[in-house]
Amino acid sequence: MSDITKQSLSELIKNIKDKKLSSTEVTKAFVERSEKSKELNAYITEDFSAAIDKAKKFDENPNLDLKLPGIPMAVKDLFCTKNVKTTAGSKILNNFTPTYESTVTQNIWNEGAILLGKLNCDEFAMGSSNETSFFGCVQNPIDKNLVPGGSSGGSSSAVAAQLTPITIGTDTGGSIRQPASFTGIVGLKPTYGSCSRYGIVAFASSLDQAGPMAQNVRDCALLHEVISSYDEKDSTSIDFKRNNYVKELTNNIKGKKIGIPKEYRVDGMPKEVEDLWKKGIDYVKDCGAEIIDISLPHTNYALPTYYIVAPAEASSNLARYDGVKYGFRADGENLIDMYEKTRSEGFGAEVQRRIMIGTYVLSSGYYDAYYLKAQKVRKLIKNDFDEAYKKVDAILTPSTPSSAFKIGEKTNDPVSMYLNDIFTVPVNLAGLPGISIPAGHDAKGYPLGLQIIGKAFDEQNLLNIAYAMEEKINFKNKIIDWWIK
Amino acid sequence: MSKDKSEYLINRKDNQYEVVIGLEVHAQVTSESKLFSTSSTKFGAEPNTQVSLVDAALPGMLPVINEFCVKQAIKTGIGLKAKINKRSVFDRKNYFYADLPQGYQISQFKDPIIGEGKVILDMPDGQKEVGIERLHLEQDAGKSIHDLDPKNTFVDLNRSGVALMEIVSKPDLRSPDEVNAYVKKLRSIMRYLGTCDGNMQEGSLRADVNVSVRKKGSKEFGTRCEIKNVNSIKFMQMAIEYEANRQVDLIEDGQSIDQETRLFDTKKNETRSMRSKEDAHDYRYFPDPDLLPLEVSDDFIEKLKLEIPELPDEKKKRFIEKFKLSPYEATILVSDYETSNYFENVIKKSDVKLATNWIIGELFAALNQNNLEITESPISAGNLSKLINLIKDGTISGKIAKTVFEHMMEGDKDPKKIVEEKGLKQESDPKALEALIDKVIDDNREKATEYKSGKVKLFGFFVGQVMKVSAGKANPQLVNEILKKKL
Amino acid sequence: MIVCDIFNYHMSIDLKTIKHISKLSRISVDKKKAEKLAGDLNSIFEFIEKLNELKTDNVQPLTSVAETTLKLRGDEVKSKNLREQIIKNSPQENEDYFVVPKVIE
Repeated sequence: MSDITKQSLSELIKNIKDKKLSSTEVTKAFVERSEKSKELNAYITEDFSAAIDKAKKFDENPNLDLKLPGIPMAVKDLFCTKNVKTTAGSKILNNFTPTYESTVTQNIWNEGAILLGKLNCDEFAMGSSNETSFFGCVQNPIDKNLVPGGSSGGSSSAVAAQLTPITIGTDTGGSIRQPASFTGIVGLKPTYGSCSRYGIVAFASSLDQAGPMAQNVRDCALLHEVISSYDEKDSTSIDFKRNNYVKELTNNIKGKKIGIPKEYRVDGMPKEVEDLWKKGIDYVKDCGAEIIDISLPHTNYALPTYYIVAPAEASSNLARYDGVKYGFRADGENLIDMYEKTRSEGFGAEVQRRIMIGTYVLSSGYYDAYYLKAQKVRKLIKNDFDEAYKKVDAILTPSTPSSAFKIGEKTNDPVSMYLNDIFTVPVNLAGLPGISIPAGHDAKGYPLGLQIIGKAFDEQNLLNIAYAMEEKINFKNKIIDWWIK
Repeated sequence: MSKDKSEYLINRKDNQYEVVIGLEVHAQVTSESKLFSTSSTKFGAEPNTQVSLVDAALPGMLPVINEFCVKQAIKTGIGLKAKINKRSVFDRKNYFYADLPQGYQISQFKDPIIGEGKVILDMPDGQKEVGIERLHLEQDAGKSIHDLDPKNTFVDLNRSGVALMEIVSKPDLRSPDEVNAYVKKLRSIMRYLGTCDGNMQEGSLRADVNVSVRKKGSKEFGTRCEIKNVNSIKFMQMAIEYEANRQVDLIEDGQSIDQETRLFDTKKNETRSMRSKEDAHDYRYFPDPDLLPLEVSDDFIEKLKLEIPELPDEKKKRFIEKFKLSPYEATILVSDYETSNYFENVIKKSDVKLATNWIIGELFAALNQNNLEITESPISAGNLSKLINLIKDGTISGKIAKTVFEHMMEGDKDPKKIVEEKGLKQESDPKALEALIDKVIDDNREKATEYKSGKVKLFGFFVGQVMKVSAGKANPQLVNEILKKKL
Repeated sequence: MIVCDIFNYHMSIDLKTIKHISKLSRISVDKKKAEKLAGDLNSIFEFIEKLNELKTDNVQPLTSVAETTLKLRGDEVKSKNLREQIIKNSPQENEDYFVVPKVIE
């Protein structure tokens, strides 16, 4: 079957369960396509031969009751994987091989999935274009020299290019939703506390959340069902009743109240994005949902807040990369010299920039003016959502203010790069779930996404709305395999 | 240096200086596993064998708090008569050091688990109250070893993540003696509670000592220096003495004192500046986003209150009231939990007065001499009380009892058996004694005559002779009576 | 929008400040890098200063979006001796210890 990689996750599972396909056939198909797609630079570490071995082993005694029976998949290289190198896209972890497994990936293997390899990402997930990775830029399969978004850029590229049927990314300020939007796929950032952070290389602890990326909403729901779990090893994990997200998936969203926040109409937003949003509103109306205008008055303050909170936490979270216990070490005459050289040579420019910002906003005399202030504004942003959710069930916005841009286009202007996350960041600050679904194309033919933001722990409702809209939108990704010679 | 009754003052020319001391005691919480990880806290393990993935700060590892350590801190707070904060927050204290794997220490900065409390000291001239500012939970760091290799420092992370209570006193202490009493009292309270073993050799108890000086009568505090990580009471006292004098000398010399961190060099007996560390001291505290605020309910605290044993102050009061001990005796007997327990076990079946004297006297001396703790005493409380009963009922004399005691120290033998085996039973049979006395008088006819003619001093000689002949076993009271009659 | 003047004190981040924070974060910075960083940070802080428009005196800071209390675990030793595993990844190893260049006090 030459079109194996074109199949969605749900189709693959059905074929494996019906014994029309073996795990080995499926795995080999994705390995072969991945081998032919090196130009995309989606992988940091390939684990192909081990994957095929595992698939063969699965086929010897297939357990077809599992949720992901013999399904191969690659994951973002921010998840620690036992005995497989984990770099976080950084030179400082270039030679690091964990002896433990993250809870989220463990949940996936427990359901029968097989690791294909580790996917490229921005260094320590700090970036919106995958250009900060020590392992180089990733190509967007939509067009040559186009960024796939970030930080989960290897993940979005790999799913869009069908190098993996599904994947998981992490989202601190939009790192799942923005790359999903840039590559025409679906990406869900779950409620903070719904997926364990244990074993995920930390960027900003109060914002980081793992989530699924897939070609369609149903696949996304299934993977979310697998990865969402309460974990005693993560003190911020929340013990709530998790749904059977696929089983309960429905396109009936009649009577749902969808909020449209006026503050998301930002200056300079391309007309295409504005039009797409309007179309999205029409789609949900068509589905029988009710549109309600709402206000999230502190939206404009979300990005500045984020650029205090996230770097502050990162500056502390990344202090452990000091050349002592693991990872890269530069020679130094004494301990301090070693620290300074290791961290200067081991971290890339963006990471260093954020560590500096974070150190500055926490330093003596500035804490109240920056960090404390930001946490207060964060409270106001959260309150905005709480208020809005008294009136609506979910909120519809564009995922990003523009479509994907060219590699190198924004690298010299950090602030313009940061503005990419303007619609996604408030969701992380408030700890809410958000999903990006592909909704159309701009004039260049690049995909554009719409974001649905839900109430905390209300992923089911979010997925249902996305599912209903997906049906109406009937999006087709325009990928011509330009990288395959 | 003047030492009037209580005041510790430093004298220079016309000026007298008072020393103001505050202590930050770091007490290791007694627990099986660490504060935020499940590795063991046992002392003395091979290097790096008690280090979990969390302790080594591997990527993606997260802290999960140990409930028992929280309970221990609250119990200690109750013992210090302190305010228990139902909501407290863990912060990160950021700095780089080889034995700090995370690059930050998880501690409590703004909102500690325990607020203000107090400790009562028994000083020779009366009681003194020392205020407790706060108590908070934090992680210990690992250990850097600088002397195993000429070029390198070795790091052992076994201690990394062990729970510590930092107990901060108010600047209420005024002399090395008060510091001694304060640390001992604090240790005693924690031992009673079972929250810290107080073992200073193993580093379970250490302190940062804040010292400043001011002219006597001044209300303003002077500039203070912090002497870091002093691990014995003796060193604390020496460091304070040195540091106070150093500061007074600077003032007398017209110089100012820099607020700084200093180190006590135990070999040179002096403190010196740790300026190198000072530069980097901007800890950038902020709430640890891996942890949520710690909240405890009233019910949780009330249940812990039920587990609090009688503490030294209350026990002392009871000993004085119920057993009529002197404050001095009571203070000694309650100073640690095991001693007070031992005492109460002894007096269950024997005379309080005698027991008090024997424990504070003979037993403490013997244990001291053999470098033993009360828990390691070769003489059990049960056998000591038997010995006391043998004295009380006249079976043996106090003097013979000392011999029996020595035998008991060699192995916990029943004193009755020792008395029997060695034939040490006191001779209280008047007839036997009369015979003995008759013989002594007979043998010393001349002296007896002298006595009768008025040389009464010789009475003692006869008592001595009788005791000698009886090998110390004669009942001294009876000997006195019979001798008086016979002579 | 109410402008709160007391917060409008931000001055540009100079090279001395860059030097200070690079020291605190243990990242060596030469002059060229410091100048680049100063430029970047100034433009980022210019954008961050937008927060000063907001009056937040009576707002309680957010402590966590996870509206739950801290869970406590039992006092059990579960982690065994992992010395080999843990030291395996260290850049300069010795069987028993992590090794770093001499610490100068």
